[in-house]
Amino acid sequence: MSDPFLSIQNVRKSYGDVTVVKDFSLAVEQGEFVSFLGPSGCGKTTMLRIVAGFEEPSAGNVMIGGQDVTGLRPNQRNIGMVFQSYALFPNMTVAQNVGFGLKVAGVPKAEAAARVDEMLNLISLPQLGDRYPYQLSGGQQQRVALARAMAGKPQVLLLDEPLSALDAKVRVSLRDEIRAIQKAAGITTIFVTHDQEEALSMSDRIVVMHGGMAEQVGTPFEIYNRPTTKFVAGFVGTLNMLDGTVTDPATGAVRIGDDNVVMKQSLNGAKAGDTLSLALRPEAISLGKQPGRDASIGGTISEVSFLGSVIRVRVGLGKDAVSLDTFNNPAAPPPRVGEKTEISFSSADLLVLH
Amino acid sequence: MRRLWPWLALAVGLIYFILPLLGMTEFSLKMRRGVYSFDAYAKVLADPRFQETFTFSVVMALATILFGVLLVVPTAYWVRLKLPRLRPYIEFVTLLPLVIPAIVIVFGYIRLYNTSSWLPLTGSAMGTNILLIFGYATLSLPYMYRAVDTGLRTIDVATLTEAAQSLGAGWVTILARVILPNVLVAVLSGAFVTFAIVLGEFTMAALLNRPAFGPYMQLLGANRAYEPAALAVIAFAITWGCMALIQIVSRFAPKAPVNPH
Ligand SMILES: Nc1ncnc2c1ncn2[C@@H]1O[C@H](COP(=O)(O)OP(=O)(O)O)[C@@H](O)[C@H]1O
Ligand SMILES: [Mg+2]
Repeated sequence: MSDPFLSIQNVRKSYGDVTVVKDFSLAVEQGEFVSFLGPSGCGKTTMLRIVAGFEEPSAGNVMIGGQDVTGLRPNQRNIGMVFQSYALFPNMTVAQNVGFGLKVAGVPKAEAAARVDEMLNLISLPQLGDRYPYQLSGGQQQRVALARAMAGKPQVLLLDEPLSALDAKVRVSLRDEIRAIQKAAGITTIFVTHDQEEALSMSDRIVVMHGGMAEQVGTPFEIYNRPTTKFVAGFVGTLNMLDGTVTDPATGAVRIGDDNVVMKQSLNGAKAGDTLSLALRPEAISLGKQPGRDASIGGTISEVSFLGSVIRVRVGLGKDAVSLDTFNNPAAPPPRVGEKTEISFSSADLLVLH
Repeated sequence: MRRLWPWLALAVGLIYFILPLLGMTEFSLKMRRGVYSFDAYAKVLADPRFQETFTFSVVMALATILFGVLLVVPTAYWVRLKLPRLRPYIEFVTLLPLVIPAIVIVFGYIRLYNTSSWLPLTGSAMGTNILLIFGYATLSLPYMYRAVDTGLRTIDVATLTEAAQSLGAGWVTILARVILPNVLVAVLSGAFVTFAIVLGEFTMAALLNRPAFGPYMQLLGANRAYEPAALAVIAFAITWGCMALIQIVSRFAPKAPVNPH
């Protein structure tokens, strides 16, 4: 395995007594798309700004392409940056915005113009070069900002919640567009977002941040299906939290509600009588007995929401309750509140949280 | 009935301001006995001292504007970007020239920079002119600083700066290509006020003994009858021209970008 292209080593950032980023380390491969995902205020922007050079870390290093850039100013780092507020220069046309970095770098006029055209084509706005930012929609402005950030072929592309200011429809289409452009250019990218759907759909890897720390790093598949902490499990996707009481650590038997489930995964050394924090994704649960599902628990239907193609059902299991989705079946009426029922799932889908 | 009072107030105001002006203008046209004529204006405009002092003051005004822009734009920018907590104090300092009489400033200058001081600026015409420019810049500071600071408020200074930095720009490039063009309208309106102030200023130019337009007006006023009236009308026209230019220029303020917040 080659050395990572971008490497963040034990970075800490404090403002006075408040530590905003704690011992953050991350290695990013060349061309990789990594998301920082976490709730507002968890230090995502601060970490990104340290990579960009706008903030100086209180401790630790940032290496880009084998070079230690910790002491370099932002304009010496060859990075591309996209902001939530677009930050296009209001006094310049679209083409001048995109060409700004090239002009600053002293790229010959003809070459710069060709590169600007190429970038405008890449973002599918070739005819808008003469417009001013205020004449563009939010989505168009953000695409121009992306073109501007990438025109100078930066080593690293940094995006801070670039889609948060846009309306839902544009947001989803721009997701795919950003990802496609990033892939085509093969540019190493860090994408900050608080939107789990964005992170899951776009990233090669996700860093889930919590309280200034990288809580879990993994592929979207790993993060979603194998969250290692309660926080990650709760933050990414909808999750049913259950308490299980260990009845026999030797066989892995755990009581949930009124029934026993035999778990195959490690119980983290729990002893008989210990309580485990367990979690289940709604899509891992079915109503009634299903072939191929080795675990089932009896419960009572406590809520039914008819959402059209999907019916969301809540089932009470002793003191806990789980949500699950079933497809609408025109031939069968939905379950009714108060009915006794049984849920089934694969015991392997039960997550044991720390 | 309700409509009457505002109109009445307006009428009183207009009479208060316009009547003296009309009287003065009428008087300035009466140099030739029995008929209205522009004789007084012709006389003033033909006076070589008018041409000299007017040219001198215009050049001083332009130099003051240049100096003021170079001083105020980077300062206001830096305060907004890095020292936002100092903003009220800086604003207070820039307002001081409104309460400190010009004569105090000039005497301060003369004490500091007289021919026997460490920097004898008053020793040469050029040095004195430079001193005068500093003085004028001080007088126009309240207007210039406020105009520029207001202009800076309309753009997202911090993020635009960071965007430019990430694209490789240094401070000079950022100021010249990103900040200044976006506050140009504000700078221009500050510039026109400065222009009007410098053209009419008397105290500093007189005490530093420079051939400026203000002292010339004063001199003429003490010795002639019709010409000072004509000169006053000309000065009014120039000032109002500046005000009109401010109005026109602010029409061309750059449109605010679609604000995502
Ligand atoms: N310049 C600063 N001075 C003091 N505190 C700051 C500064 N910048 C950010 N913070 C604090 O650091 C924390 C993390 O901020 P930020 O990185 O912007 O979070 P996120 O982008 O994840 O929402 C917040 O609590 C914020 O108040
Ligand atoms: Mg943020």
